Amino acid sequence: MVLRSRLRAALFAGGLLLAGGGPALAAGEALPPPDTKFSFDGLFGTFDRASAQRGFQVYKEVCSSCHSMRLVYYRNLRELGLSDAEVRAIAATVQVNDGPNDDGEMFERPGRPSDRFRSPFTNEKAARAANQGALPPDLSVITKAREHGADYIYALLTGYSDPPEDFHMMEGLNYNKYFAGRQIAMAAPLAGEGQVEFKDGTTATVEQMAKDVTTFLAWAAEPELETRKQMGVRIVLFLTILGGLVYAVKRKIWSDVH
Amino acid sequence: MAAGLHDSDFKNPVIRWVDARLPIFTMMQKEYGTFPTPRNFNYFWNFGGLALVNLTIMIATGIFLAMNYTAHVTFAFDSVERIMRDVNYGWLLRYVHSNGASMFFIVVYIHIWRALYYGSYKAPRELLFMLGVVIFLLMMATAFLGYVLPWGQMSFWGATVITNLFSAIPLVGESIVTWLWGGFSVDNPTLNRFYSLHYLLPFVTFGVVFLHIAALHITGSNNPLGIDPKGSQDTLPFHPYYTAKDSVGLVVYFIVFALLVFFAPNLLGHPDNYIPANPLVTPPHIVPEWYFLPFYAILRAVPDKLGGVLLMGGSIMILFVLPWLDTSPVRSMRFRPVARICLLLWLVSFFVLMYCGAKPPEEPWVTIARLATLYYFAYFLVILPFLGAKERALPLPASISMPVLRGVGGGPLPAGAAAKPMEKA
Repeated sequence: MVLRSRLRAALFAGGLLLAGGGPALAAGEALPPPDTKFSFDGLFGTFDRASAQRGFQVYKEVCSSCHSMRLVYYRNLRELGLSDAEVRAIAATVQVNDGPNDDGEMFERPGRPSDRFRSPFTNEKAARAANQGALPPDLSVITKAREHGADYIYALLTGYSDPPEDFHMMEGLNYNKYFAGRQIAMAAPLAGEGQVEFKDGTTATVEQMAKDVTTFLAWAAEPELETRKQMGVRIVLFLTILGGLVYAVKRKIWSDVH
Repeated sequence: MAAGLHDSDFKNPVIRWVDARLPIFTMMQKEYGTFPTPRNFNYFWNFGGLALVNLTIMIATGIFLAMNYTAHVTFAFDSVERIMRDVNYGWLLRYVHSNGASMFFIVVYIHIWRALYYGSYKAPRELLFMLGVVIFLLMMATAFLGYVLPWGQMSFWGATVITNLFSAIPLVGESIVTWLWGGFSVDNPTLNRFYSLHYLLPFVTFGVVFLHIAALHITGSNNPLGIDPKGSQDTLPFHPYYTAKDSVGLVVYFIVFALLVFFAPNLLGHPDNYIPANPLVTPPHIVPEWYFLPFYAILRAVPDKLGGVLLMGGSIMILFVLPWLDTSPVRSMRFRPVARICLLLWLVSFFVLMYCGAKPPEEPWVTIARLATLYYFAYFLVILPFLGAKERALPLPASISMPVLRGVGGGPLPAGAAAKPMEKA
């Protein structure tokens, strides 16, 4: 009860009175992310498969040590152009907790395409304990869950730098001008060449990896995007023609009234 | 014709057989076929029909979403994402439903604006208008309940803020909030009852829509001139004239709807609602959906909680007495030069409030919202009663058919009313 009243008081203090944090925040206010060109932008946008596959590799080798993607299944990777065998092989690299078996025991088994991406931590507490109290967010729908979507993710991954001299940094945080408050618990995850070895020979610069992993995350968040846009183009085209016909019919019907 | 049977005009033997026993065909013919409709409607008169289509779309998509949704705090968010990913065309169902809510409010706001501008709330259509306000309230309740169901951060915190408004009621407020929640915080019981009510209210709405249309077919429609049809020269049969004209509006409406669903499905939503609800983390700005922003701004414009709640409620309740606050016998604003300006300013205040509602509660937005709130109410409580007594309206045309048929230039009519209404809008 006390908690609830206090919560409510806080809500209304925040809602009705002036937000005290306004001026204090101004110094650390995040920059709006610049507009980045992606293959999936625009009316006819599609996911660049090669880029998304490289992005998956970046996720697997870098991000997935802290960030889960619990809504995505290994089978979904087929949509990125990976073969059945490749997907099976990728799934089999992880151990999945299953059971109980007929003896009532839980057991570990290699992953299958029908499994969800394995999460790096078993629960939120474990994730926080391993990350100095910070919770690495799940990345399944991350481009839908942040203002400016893919532009923001790309800007954040490439936005690390040393803080300005007069900027007061808190212990254990990192300066990133695109993050709210400009101080982020995640250390710069992309280090540059040599961190990831792309099979297609693409040089793994920070920008390249950021763009690829953003493409992968955008696909994971909106796997329906291509179907949706293609259907949209056809439907709007159809409706425009229908609209012309309906308007002509209406003119004809009304011609005896005027 | 046997005794007790309806004397049907239909020739087809099957239709005739049914119609003689249950004259639904005769009724449809009377209400939607030959129904005499003023001949001078502009495209603003499309929006009632569009609202009905929209309600039907919402119910149809909602029924299929309900088949795949799980109303439990642990599974709700994931079940919605499962609809988006694994249910065949589930993403289409959900995006049509979520953007359909926005389309519904766009359509209904324009429909209400039409009523305000052309005086459709005035005698003899007071009850028709009041039923419309009831539908609007039901819609708002349904939209709020529905927004809670995906159980994202805005779902949870929106539900917390809005239900907490009831705690402003003296003495029983706290008890009411606990009763609404089904516990001591927004939690699983809250989600379950919200889901149940979200499924119920659209059907209640449908019932009131039926009454709204029934009342409309007693009084007949208003029209852009706001004068009554004097005879058959002033009206047209609903079909084919207005079925054809409504079809034009319907296609345009579908195009706008499709652009949202297929190319910007999350434009009108809030990104925070793709973060699963977390009672321990409050989002920095809790904002309602865009269609509630004007009322949210009114709520926050008052420095007292109960006052804010009352004023917010009052901003809609005042519509129930609007037919009696506006004492002018002239319906259409075309013939009320001063009231017309005041009403357009009222529309501006509505949009200003909408803008302020999306801003954090800081200066200058608080002061601007207060001024806009003041004008919002002043229009109804001061300006309309005053103008009803003092304003000199322009002379009304003798009949609907006269200006439409002759397209008189000068004379007693302002240029707008004399132009062919069909060529505009």
